[in-house]
Amino acid sequence: MQTLLQTPLHDRHVALGARMVPFAGWEMPVQYAGVIPEHRAVRGDAGVFDVSHMGEIEVEGPRAKELLQSLLSNDLDKLEPGKAQYTLLTNERGGIIDDLIVYELEPTRFLMVVNASNREPAFSWVKEREIRGSEVSDRSNDYALLAVQGPKSLERLGLEQGTPFTWEMGELDGVEVMVNRTGYTGELGCELMTMPEDAGELWDRVLERGVVPCGLGARDTLRLEVCYPLHGNDIGPETDAISAGLGWTCALGKEFTGASVLREIKERGPERKLVAFVMEEKAIPRQGMPIVDPPGEVTSGSHSPMLDVGIGMGYVPADRAASGTDLIIDVRGRERRGRIVPKPIYKREESA
Amino acid sequence: MSAAEQSYPDDLKYHREHDWARIDGDEAVLGITWYAQDSLGELVHFEPPEQGQQVQRDASYGEVESVKAVSDVISPLSGEVLEVNRKVVDEPETVNGDPYGEGWLIRIRLSEASEADDLLDAGAYRAFLAEQ
Repeated sequence: MQTLLQTPLHDRHVALGARMVPFAGWEMPVQYAGVIPEHRAVRGDAGVFDVSHMGEIEVEGPRAKELLQSLLSNDLDKLEPGKAQYTLLTNERGGIIDDLIVYELEPTRFLMVVNASNREPAFSWVKEREIRGSEVSDRSNDYALLAVQGPKSLERLGLEQGTPFTWEMGELDGVEVMVNRTGYTGELGCELMTMPEDAGELWDRVLERGVVPCGLGARDTLRLEVCYPLHGNDIGPETDAISAGLGWTCALGKEFTGASVLREIKERGPERKLVAFVMEEKAIPRQGMPIVDPPGEVTSGSHSPMLDVGIGMGYVPADRAASGTDLIIDVRGRERRGRIVPKPIYKREESA
Repeated sequence: MSAAEQSYPDDLKYHREHDWARIDGDEAVLGITWYAQDSLGELVHFEPPEQGQQVQRDASYGEVESVKAVSDVISPLSGEVLEVNRKVVDEPETVNGDPYGEGWLIRIRLSEASEADDLLDAGAYRAFLAEQ
């Protein structure tokens, strides 16, 4: 029997009455008060997620950047200490081993925050390609990570606005933290990285500032409303960045694993595209449901708490992927109508 | 809508799939129990049967969905669908707020009234839940 891993905040989640579920080998809170109120807290005020299950891989050494430049899709020349970047770890077929954020800590030291489910494959991939002058280490057990997200998140934490995709060392109510201007909700916010032994105190201080504890359930509906892909659902080793609409993360002018395949796909155009859609009839699309017309498959689907309709993403033939195209989705044997919409599905201006 | 307090009224009959029936002569009103709605979380969709459709005991007559999960709704009794609660179709969260009242799902005309003898009373259902 597999034992589930626990984050340093496990007992606090249980004490708050969270519903704990297995996720990528971890026992994680899926919800506290409920997915919908937590979702609304993040859209309207501020919520905090324990994302300490995510993996951290450090690459250090005089040739650390050279190694990463050859393995990651985005251009690390755009980074400098204090900056971060969304990027992809790609395979020879241009498929996505993981999507991640890389932080330049020092010119010779980089930190990659990877999906919990990809910690092993991502670490092995990079470690096996280590070159002399670069050292790759799995630092996942050395960090706890809290994502504080929402229009009032920074105000509640007493932080300045800040520039997206930057980081700085800071302190919150006496706890030393790395403040990363990143997130997965489409809202203003930050991700606070700290030592595991300080995580409990940091969590308590954040809650004391009126931030609402939120589980992985709300994290999923929030990211889907703004069309951030989820690895394992919308993207994976068999899907390429161009079809997934992530071409903007690929510096095709440089060499990295799979770059030539991606250049080819870009040149001739992808056969299928990852689109966003909303349901026109009462129904909730779910991952794996067939799109009957145009032929395709739902890769993520749920109920949108903000729009109060079923929403999703899925792959359809590229020549049928335009916004406004009608879809028919097979919802457990019933055909239900949907419509392709521009990404993101939810925009803040629409909120009341 | 605020969630209801846990309860299992004594005037109802219960099915092990966490459904209830309020029997009145040859008709019954059906719904899901407090336990069922609490397990699912806030409901966001009810896929109802058609009026006039036959429902069979122990078989699914519809689906309820929360953000994260889908669940079949099992009929505790056999019969014909007389009415679907449109309020729940339009506002599924009604079930979370009042699972035995405004959150009823369908009303049926019973075809096998004796089936009711096989259902659990509130005490037996509570005992069943305690074993889960």
